[in-house]
Amino acid sequence: MSADIEKEMWTSKLRKGWQKNLPIEKLLPDTQPAYVASWIYLFGVATLAALGVIVASGLVLSFEGASWYHYSSVGHFVNSMHFWSVQFFFIFMVVHLWGKFWMAAWRGRRLLTWITGALAFVGSIATAFTGYLIQTNFDSQWISYEAKDGFNSVGIGSRFNVTNFGQMILLHVAFLPVIIGVITLIHVLLVRAKGVVPPIDAFNNELGERK
Amino acid sequence: MGIFHHFMNLKAVYIHWGWFQISITNLLVILFMLVLFGLALVLPFPGNKKGKDQK
Amino acid sequence: MSDRRTELESAPWSGRVRRYDLIKEGVAAVVIVAIVVAALSTLFGSPDDKQVTFKQWAVAAPADFYATAVQELAGTSGTAGYGAPYNHASDGVNLGPLYLAKWLGVTHPVDTVNDFVITPLTTVANAAPVADALKQWQGSDAKTQSTWATNYDTALTKANQDASKVSAGNYGPVPALAGGLLTMAQAGSLDGALLSQGNYFQSDNTKQTLFLGDGSYFNDQSTASNLQGSTWGMMNETGRYPGQAWLWLYSFWYQIPPFNNGDNHPFGANADAWIMLIMGALSIGLICMPLIPGVRSLPYKIKIHRLIWKNYYQEENL
Repeated sequence: MSADIEKEMWTSKLRKGWQKNLPIEKLLPDTQPAYVASWIYLFGVATLAALGVIVASGLVLSFEGASWYHYSSVGHFVNSMHFWSVQFFFIFMVVHLWGKFWMAAWRGRRLLTWITGALAFVGSIATAFTGYLIQTNFDSQWISYEAKDGFNSVGIGSRFNVTNFGQMILLHVAFLPVIIGVITLIHVLLVRAKGVVPPIDAFNNELGERK
Repeated sequence: MGIFHHFMNLKAVYIHWGWFQISITNLLVILFMLVLFGLALVLPFPGNKKGKDQK
Repeated sequence: MSDRRTELESAPWSGRVRRYDLIKEGVAAVVIVAIVVAALSTLFGSPDDKQVTFKQWAVAAPADFYATAVQELAGTSGTAGYGAPYNHASDGVNLGPLYLAKWLGVTHPVDTVNDFVITPLTTVANAAPVADALKQWQGSDAKTQSTWATNYDTALTKANQDASKVSAGNYGPVPALAGGLLTMAQAGSLDGALLSQGNYFQSDNTKQTLFLGDGSYFNDQSTASNLQGSTWGMMNETGRYPGQAWLWLYSFWYQIPPFNNGDNHPFGANADAWIMLIMGALSIGLICMPLIPGVRSLPYKIKIHRLIWKNYYQEENL
């Protein structure tokens, strides 16, 4: 195929862009810059790990149904795994967010990495919220009763009805996890493509600035 | 059902400061986050000997 | 930031590197998190306060249930006067001139008279007085129905929800209908009837939840569990479990003036909408934080990064 034709193809454009920006060596490197040496760097991967436990326990729950955990002790344990992994997911994500803020990790054309991370945070709150609505217990009754006013007040309730169990369970297990999954994937690929942000003072000498 | 299931389902204890109130458990969660963050900043990271670094 | 600095910070790192096994790190993280989560699950389990049923409500607080049923017939309950998306009874909450809920329309129509009382009553075999009352109700025009229900609702409120102390009046079949619904609820057949509304498949609990919330019983249960929104309930969980601590900021606005005062106009009375707006704006702020002057400079001024990269700065004499 001549180079001209290849140039116009979407497929070859995608392949070349991918190879240029995210070659396998960048996706799965075996070294990191020397400054990647702090416990704070573990909170991103810890958040992903918690998400993994959430998805795994959630899958088991989805096979057994929303009421399973009320009467089965195994079900209660799996539900507890889901519950505590969500707590840790948010704990790790918040610490990760604090860490990245104080690193000003959006420097060096990493704005989109920050944006996808923040979107993942906001989206996770929505996903967790729908989870609380489908516990099929007193808590979910009350949360749906209270939360309806918030969503109704700005018209969201006309399409997103928190008291509709069927809608909430479908969104919680289908739409929202897919959204979170895609945002997380983009976030992680961006981190790999752009590399870990260098220290704020890393280039001061090079730029001839006095400290 | 959880070994401390009974304890966990007792009435929660809340701390009040005027208009502010928070359950002990939520307070612990928030303190835990702050402690994690603090420790992550100050604890030395292992395997950081200069000799292992490569150019 | 200078363009030169951005160039340097975005270029592939050319300085010293260290070995770093991402996959090993990831696997270790999953294993450790899974172990910790399994340990906490074994120790503490998870919250699961039993759902409130109409049977439970009607048995534990029959007078409250009875009065609520009358309010549903008279159109004085919270749901009956809610407005969109359930009915056209009021304009609902507004953001100044923006009546978003009203504009988006009644997408989940709820007719408290029929959906909450009459239709459920028709799904069971009723005792003679109730069956007669149903016949009388269904054979009357809307104006008469409304007069009966309003009369009885007013009289019952005056009698402090004590049906035995209501003085005689023109109430039509309303007392019998409310009594029939109470009997039905106490027998445990209202829960299913409210959900199914005469159908087979049903997965929308809107009608049950709205009816449940119109009474005091459900609200009292929530107060007892510290779940009321006016007292940070949004963050809380039943029992001693951690709640949605990440909702602290959302919950915060409900605690402060003017939002904590429902009588305050325009903000307190429309707190739900204003707080939704504030949180929407703050969420956009978080997402776009690197673009906000001042906030984005904080990491340069408060040098927490000197701690994060202390080893590197030492090694490089920075």
